[in-house]
Amino acid sequence: MVDFHGWDMPINYGSQIEEHHAVRQGCGIFDVSHMTILDFEGSESELFIRKLIANDVRKLQENYSGLYSAMLNDKGFVIDDLIAYRMDKGFRLVVNCATRGEDLKWISARAKEYEVNMLERDDLSMVAIQGPQSPNVLKNFPAPIDFLKEKKRQQGIFQDDVFAAKTGYTGELGFEVILPDEKAIDLWNIAISEGAKPIGLAARDTLRLEAGMNLYGFEMDETISPFECNMGWTVCWQDEQRDFFGKESLIKQKESNDLKELVGIITDEKVILRQGQKIHLEKENHARGVVTSGTYSPSLKMPIALARLPKSDSTSCFAEIRGKRVKAIIGSPKFIKEGKVIFKEKV
Amino acid sequence: MSSDSEVRYLSSHEWGRIDEEGILTVGISDHAQDLLGDIVFVELPEVGDMLEAEGESAIVESVKAASDVYSPLTGEVIEINEKLLEEPEIINNSPLEDGWFFKIKIDDDLQFTDLLTEEEYNDTCED
Repeated sequence: MVDFHGWDMPINYGSQIEEHHAVRQGCGIFDVSHMTILDFEGSESELFIRKLIANDVRKLQENYSGLYSAMLNDKGFVIDDLIAYRMDKGFRLVVNCATRGEDLKWISARAKEYEVNMLERDDLSMVAIQGPQSPNVLKNFPAPIDFLKEKKRQQGIFQDDVFAAKTGYTGELGFEVILPDEKAIDLWNIAISEGAKPIGLAARDTLRLEAGMNLYGFEMDETISPFECNMGWTVCWQDEQRDFFGKESLIKQKESNDLKELVGIITDEKVILRQGQKIHLEKENHARGVVTSGTYSPSLKMPIALARLPKSDSTSCFAEIRGKRVKAIIGSPKFIKEGKVIFKEKV
Repeated sequence: MSSDSEVRYLSSHEWGRIDEEGILTVGISDHAQDLLGDIVFVELPEVGDMLEAEGESAIVESVKAASDVYSPLTGEVIEINEKLLEEPEIINNSPLEDGWFFKIKIDDDLQFTDLLTEEEYNDTCED
């Protein structure tokens, strides 16, 4: 167990590599109750959330459906990444645990000007069930979470105090469930008895990294533009009339030429790429890039990383590891989806 | 390999087991493999390398962290466990037997008794 921002959390229950494979091949269950859940109600809740985050919740047609978004500061840098859901009476935001304090400060200060109430739901637990077998381990749970498998990603249900959405942090079919503590224990026990394996923080990290999903404090923080952490696609420009925090700065960022990009890199050398290692582009001597997250990929059985590099035509680069330069191939910032390799080398 | 001969430790989590001919077999402790978690790569010294007591001798890399491995005593490398290069998980599964790293011919086997006993080593792990 490790102290994670005040929560006692397991790094691994046994072998983190076995936990990783359990999710890719079967089903894993994660206690993610450390995530911060914020409910917004009030006549101006939609107006407020549309101003607060860079993606546009107007796109959410159905109740309990969600979208991924950045919350930006006035400089157009990332305060946090989150999922926003449309609820019966307003919106639910699931934000990071590590950024909870800053998020609450930022949001409460801005909510004052709106007819909106924010309620932190620390009375609820959150459990993720991930992997191709996820629907099967939930068949005996009273709320029909398993039916969500037929729905599109980010769709949800809400029944008997159980909120569930088809989403996750692994790149596999799966669900995130927000529910009262006692029901969370029932859900956990039912899933385990049906074959789900408990998964710790260590495998959670290798799974999200293979899926090319960002981790706050690694791929992005309050000094990083969404365009430099592969989050440009989450910024919604459809409604030109809509203002959101950071919009003006984002327009200026778009016009500048020195934005870096987040890429995926792999190497077949026997080393592990890790956060903070410097990256040199081919034919260049000074380091201009950095590994944002690196690990050993249990699925590919080789080192992989996400790295932020200057835009260039290079198809390979050199990572500086313990004084040595290790050649790595540049490609897409995604490696595995639903158990299959989706990494594409740059050509 | 005889497993009933005495094993001694460095506080940096390496073990050494000596035989009658003054050959020291070296590996990392069960506690160390547990701390590191799944080990995925190993860098071993080469046969013929001269290692110094408490000097860098190998590198283990787990998903979690990279770690230097120190030689408990001074001596020349006479054999390395090449199996580890292909199957580093052997270290997790059998740190004190099949997961040995290398063997050295030591200069002075009297130094062996200066190393930590199992009990002394276990005490350092609890601190």
